[in-house]
Amino acid sequence: MLYFVARRLVSALSVVLATLIATFALFFIAPTDPAAAICGERNCTQQRYEEITKNLHLDRPKVEQFADYTIGIFVGRDFTTSGVTQHCAAPCLGFSFKNDRPVTELIGSRFPVTLSLVLGYAVLVLTIGVFVGSMAAKRRGSLGDRALMTSTLVVSSVPYYIVALMVALYLTIVYPILPRGEWTPPSENFGKFIAGLLTPWLVLGVYNCTSYARYSRGSMVETLSEDYIRTARAKGLSDRVVTYKHALRSGLIPVVTIFGLDIAGSLGGAIFTERIFDLPGLGQLVLDSLNNYDLPVIMGTVLVASVIIVAMNFLVDIGYSLIDPRVRLS
Amino acid sequence: MAESAATPADATADAQRGPSVATRERRQGSINPSGETPYLVVEDLAVKFPTADGLVSAVNGLSYSVPLGRTLAIVGESGSGKSVSSMAVMGLHDRKRTRITGSIRLGGDELVGLPENELMKIRGDAMSMVFQDPQSSLHPLYTIGNQLVEAYRVHHKVSKDVAKKRSLEMLDLVGIPNPARRFSQYPHEFSGGMRQRAMIAMSLINDPKLVIADEPTTALDVTVQAQILDLLNNLQKEFGSAIVLITHDLGVVAEMADDVLVMYAGRCVEYGTAEDVLANPRMPYTWGLLESIPTVSAANERLRPIKGLPPSLLNLPQGCSFSARCPYVDRVKGELCTTQLPDLLPVDGAGAHTSRCHLHDKASIYETEIAPRLG
Repeated sequence: MLYFVARRLVSALSVVLATLIATFALFFIAPTDPAAAICGERNCTQQRYEEITKNLHLDRPKVEQFADYTIGIFVGRDFTTSGVTQHCAAPCLGFSFKNDRPVTELIGSRFPVTLSLVLGYAVLVLTIGVFVGSMAAKRRGSLGDRALMTSTLVVSSVPYYIVALMVALYLTIVYPILPRGEWTPPSENFGKFIAGLLTPWLVLGVYNCTSYARYSRGSMVETLSEDYIRTARAKGLSDRVVTYKHALRSGLIPVVTIFGLDIAGSLGGAIFTERIFDLPGLGQLVLDSLNNYDLPVIMGTVLVASVIIVAMNFLVDIGYSLIDPRVRLS
Repeated sequence: MAESAATPADATADAQRGPSVATRERRQGSINPSGETPYLVVEDLAVKFPTADGLVSAVNGLSYSVPLGRTLAIVGESGSGKSVSSMAVMGLHDRKRTRITGSIRLGGDELVGLPENELMKIRGDAMSMVFQDPQSSLHPLYTIGNQLVEAYRVHHKVSKDVAKKRSLEMLDLVGIPNPARRFSQYPHEFSGGMRQRAMIAMSLINDPKLVIADEPTTALDVTVQAQILDLLNNLQKEFGSAIVLITHDLGVVAEMADDVLVMYAGRCVEYGTAEDVLANPRMPYTWGLLESIPTVSAANERLRPIKGLPPSLLNLPQGCSFSARCPYVDRVKGELCTTQLPDLLPVDGAGAHTSRCHLHDKASIYETEIAPRLG
């Protein structure tokens, strides 16, 4: 087990390193001019342009810049603009001149929003999706099963942002049945925190649980026809134990993969949901920084998102080995 | 087993008593070929599956009985209904997709029509099943120990420790070396033979009175097969349970069975003691099965398969189900074979050995034509 974890950890770290190089290359080696982007298109004087170039060490060799950037992540670094030196503490992902704040701080302030959104969503989608899918698998071919599968197809054929927009417009504004989305830190007012996230949770959860229901239904239909399920029934176990202990454990394996990647992707920024429900999360940060050509922020969020994906993959692998003992050997 | 030796005498006694009583009892399944009081009685069992193409009659009018301590082998090719009928005994068919009629009595209690929560208490306790492929029949994600403990605790309100002790005993009993270590291993860490031993340990853990073994050796190496059969034989002596052994291997039948029931297209076509059925078969399908066994002495000859395929269970032929493949159809007068289903009748007018065939001179055909070929 320890060897398995260690091996996966090494491969996870090497993927992070590769991502680091790739993101760096994307923004600094690619034919974009970071200094011009930071300086802005309109009132950028030659003097300001040169100052930025110098302060960001953009005139130095790329390898050196990359080394600075990487070292900054571990020990922090200083940035000087307009004569003022700003310290960017480790883990330093660069400095946003547009916001006049270190990138890490920006991401740190936005991450709890996205995390809260995604955690609530994860609980909803996993419990409802898997439960509905298992029920459908047990009653496959029945009217309920067919109705469910048809409705999931209908729901998932409408783009998510349409559904989210409609709900936001009609159910929170025109007919205010559901609370409007807003962000309140849980430490400040827990009730408001829940109320502000309720609608986005429901929209994200209900929309996506349709596909989870389909995955788990497919996986459970397959598992329920396995010989060992027949054995479990032959032992005299109740239907409930057979379905939710014996079948679900195997049936969950493919769902765990999708779940891990889905959660990782959403943690990197649920752009539509955050935008539509006015939640200042990572997705909003990405949108804003794209609009402002705030390159250090874009780089930072891409890097963070990729680290999250790698970490989730790692967790999925660990999850696999906990569910399936055969994984450890291979 | 001593009982089987008495059987031919019983059959003769029946013959002297006259056909009527014995035949009626035979048909009702209240006695089995040995004449002992049976533990499992199956009577006029029919299993049908409604499908989009129509009603599939997988088992029709099947009757048999098995006393404690005796082994009944149900023989037949794939799709003959041998597994389906045994699954019906265990109540393992999906209730919504299966129609089961007739009677299945276990120790006198009727199982057909029993609600699921009642049947659950009997399954795994009074009756249990050993499946064909231990690789796929054991849960790959739980340890062997976990699966045994679970099987015991479903029917016994005991602590995990007590159940573990019992499981270790069972693993030891079925000849798994180092049970303490094996207990916490997963099925994939076991060899095929060891897995089947574990499966047997699991099915016997509650001391069931009826064990249904569905082709327990088919998925195993030939050398391991013999060990598993020996194990089943020895355990039967120790536990005294009734065994229903489903197989297509007549070699296994000869080694294990006290009684034999040959199934074809969902019906019993021949039933009797192993001695009667194997030494004096009275049905062309049984002959075909015996002839298709490869023998060492006939190493240079080609195998003699039974030509053709079994009929579709969706629409069974009007007459004898085997008529389309039977080489002796033209020896029966008229078109009896293709128009009328033969009854399951005693071969010698009264005995416990029955077969379903219109042929008049079955005995002489077997003696003169089949037996010499079998050598």
